[in-house]
Amino acid sequence: MELLLDSLFNGVAIGSVLLVAALGLAIVFGLMGVINLAHGELMMLGAYTTYVTQLIFKLPILKPFYNSYIIVSIFLAFIVSGVVGILLEKTIIRKLYGSPLETLLATWGVSLILQQFVRSVPLAYGAGLVISLIIGLFLPASFPSKIKESINFKYFKFSSWILAALTGVLTGSIISSTVSKLSRASARNVDVTAPSWMRGQVEIIGTAFPKTRLMIIVITLISVIAITLFLNQSAWGMRIRAVTQNRQMSDCLGISTEKVDIITFGIGSGLAGVAGVAVSLLGSVGPNVGGNYIVGCFMVVVLGGVGNLLGTVLASFGIGIMTDLIGAGRLLSIWPDMPIPLSNTINFFATTSMARVMIFALIVIFLQFKPTGLFPQKGRMVEN
Amino acid sequence: MSQSKIKFDKKIVLSFWIILIALIIAAPTILPVFRLNLLGRYLSLSIVALGVDLIWGYTGLLSLGQGIFFALGGYCAAMYLQITSSSEFPNNIPEFFALYGVEKLPFFWEPFRSPAFTFFAIWIIPALVAGLIGFLVFRNRIKGVYFSILTQASLLVFFNFFNGQQKLINGTNGLKTDVTQLFGQMVGSESMQRIFFWVTAILVIGAWFFAKWVVKGRFGNILIGIRDDEPRVRFTGYNPVIFKTIIFSIAGGLAGISGALYTVQSGIVSPQFMTVPFSIEMVIWVAVGGRGTLLGAIMGAVFINYAKSLVSEALPASWMFIQGGLFILVVTALPEGVLGWIQGDGPRNLLQRFGLKRKIETYPSLEINNEAKK
Repeated sequence: MELLLDSLFNGVAIGSVLLVAALGLAIVFGLMGVINLAHGELMMLGAYTTYVTQLIFKLPILKPFYNSYIIVSIFLAFIVSGVVGILLEKTIIRKLYGSPLETLLATWGVSLILQQFVRSVPLAYGAGLVISLIIGLFLPASFPSKIKESINFKYFKFSSWILAALTGVLTGSIISSTVSKLSRASARNVDVTAPSWMRGQVEIIGTAFPKTRLMIIVITLISVIAITLFLNQSAWGMRIRAVTQNRQMSDCLGISTEKVDIITFGIGSGLAGVAGVAVSLLGSVGPNVGGNYIVGCFMVVVLGGVGNLLGTVLASFGIGIMTDLIGAGRLLSIWPDMPIPLSNTINFFATTSMARVMIFALIVIFLQFKPTGLFPQKGRMVEN
Repeated sequence: MSQSKIKFDKKIVLSFWIILIALIIAAPTILPVFRLNLLGRYLSLSIVALGVDLIWGYTGLLSLGQGIFFALGGYCAAMYLQITSSSEFPNNIPEFFALYGVEKLPFFWEPFRSPAFTFFAIWIIPALVAGLIGFLVFRNRIKGVYFSILTQASLLVFFNFFNGQQKLINGTNGLKTDVTQLFGQMVGSESMQRIFFWVTAILVIGAWFFAKWVVKGRFGNILIGIRDDEPRVRFTGYNPVIFKTIIFSIAGGLAGISGALYTVQSGIVSPQFMTVPFSIEMVIWVAVGGRGTLLGAIMGAVFINYAKSLVSEALPASWMFIQGGLFILVVTALPEGVLGWIQGDGPRNLLQRFGLKRKIETYPSLEINNEAKK
């Protein structure tokens, strides 16, 4: 019983990391049909945001609130990755709707640029750049509609970008002069240390669970619930679903598809940032941290059935539990006296990398029987 | 994609070939050994690019897993070299086996004692593996991005497998070839490298003619048909699965040859050949050169790799930015690649924009209709 509980918890822990990472992808890929290979790099941005927030909270002014930095960084990471995602949508992806293979290649290019960016630009100035992006993108949108409709709006837009650039440079230099660790570019991995209340373990029914893992599960749970509520209860959620089902008709009915695209992509990217916070709690943060997750995320979305959140949830927990069962060789301890050839096979796959081999092979076999995943989209189309 | 192509004069074609052959023969004397070796490697990469062009440029299948077949070819060649030059090691098996306590050559390496078998294995094994993966995927009508994701996942499967198996294939360390012997000569020696360069150059030209032959005629037409409208091909009575499987395994075989040539010239094969970035890079060579143009694939592979090594020598940090920018630029601004742009209406449009050439006005229906344009 204890063993089973242990295995279940481990599986859920692995699965929840996968789920939080795949959630944003499920929205971007599932609802918009956009293949975003830079998703892993948006996660990386989230992880770096956690690191920067942590260092800023070590400053004397913010020291009393240090323990709450992880909560703050979740929101910040959402905003940072979301804004970068919106910029990506506005500049590149918008031109490529309807040609997914081209989107795939372009976003790969973006991911390379983002990786090199965190290597060769000091994080303080990176933060400044993000702040100027936020101001530049959102300040014009927040003007009253009377100004927006006037002919001179482009001057307002232009001046707000200048303001944004100035603020960005200012924040960048303030951060780099106060936090010395952020003032130099480095390709080395950095570490995020969890605040004291998150260290250690919790005992549940006689078994000890690490608190960081529990925190990740909580983050995942909140993200899933929030996104489900948003999609199913809010007005924008309804518009998003409408555009997913029939773009032309929604456009005819007066839904601004352009805005819907921006919001959907922004939320998907923001969720990648939240996943980045979760990932930063698990190990050190480096430019390549996102690359480890991206293929797994795509497998989760494909396995769960594109455009279906429930499928994504089930698929990621399924993969998590299977990974634990195979990777830790748990079947052997559950059933000790199995025949020799079988136990040899299980031992052969009982490492992390071999478990991955097995899992991917199983997914490919599964897709032989259900090519469209667990919960396929219903429809009569010959072509997707 | 535009069908109009510039027809060259026969004399120009002939002189082009004479210059090309002269360059290939003269290259070992002109270039220093280091550069020659690099050029040889990049030429061998252009063979895998030809394969990518066949499946992506002509058939519309974007495979992100060509690294699998590339590495398989490399492993076949490297293992043969290791086995033939292992006579001084205990048990007559390659040195690394002793590190992991393996005393007998694993059974599946046994046939690799024969050079004839290896010669065929280098391209047949990758082709078979590609055919199998392709058949399983295509049978379920998985296509487009799903195909790309699945090939990427298979790439990771192979990478993890090869990375984890020390006892069979030396795991992460890979197999070295530069200190092994072939026909009584060190593989890493200068004279051998020169021979490898010539072999590569000949094989690139051979692969080019082979690919030209493949895309010519009805088979090529069906491939292009699958790329442009697969359901229509199916409704006309063809089975796209067979054609896609054949072309995918041809590309796999080409990748295997390319991997073997690359391995003997770079001196090592390792699971690094199966990383995700390397396989996507292969796509960008073709995209920049011009997808759907075979010459473009070859030139793209050679030029981009040369540019990569030159830029990395001068400014190590900037290559990633340039490469990322290339991906974005080629997709948004130059979707037909450089050669496709030259062969299409690109130069004329450019001249028009500067007012150097008059815009030809015809009936709009003639502009749209490709048949009438010819």
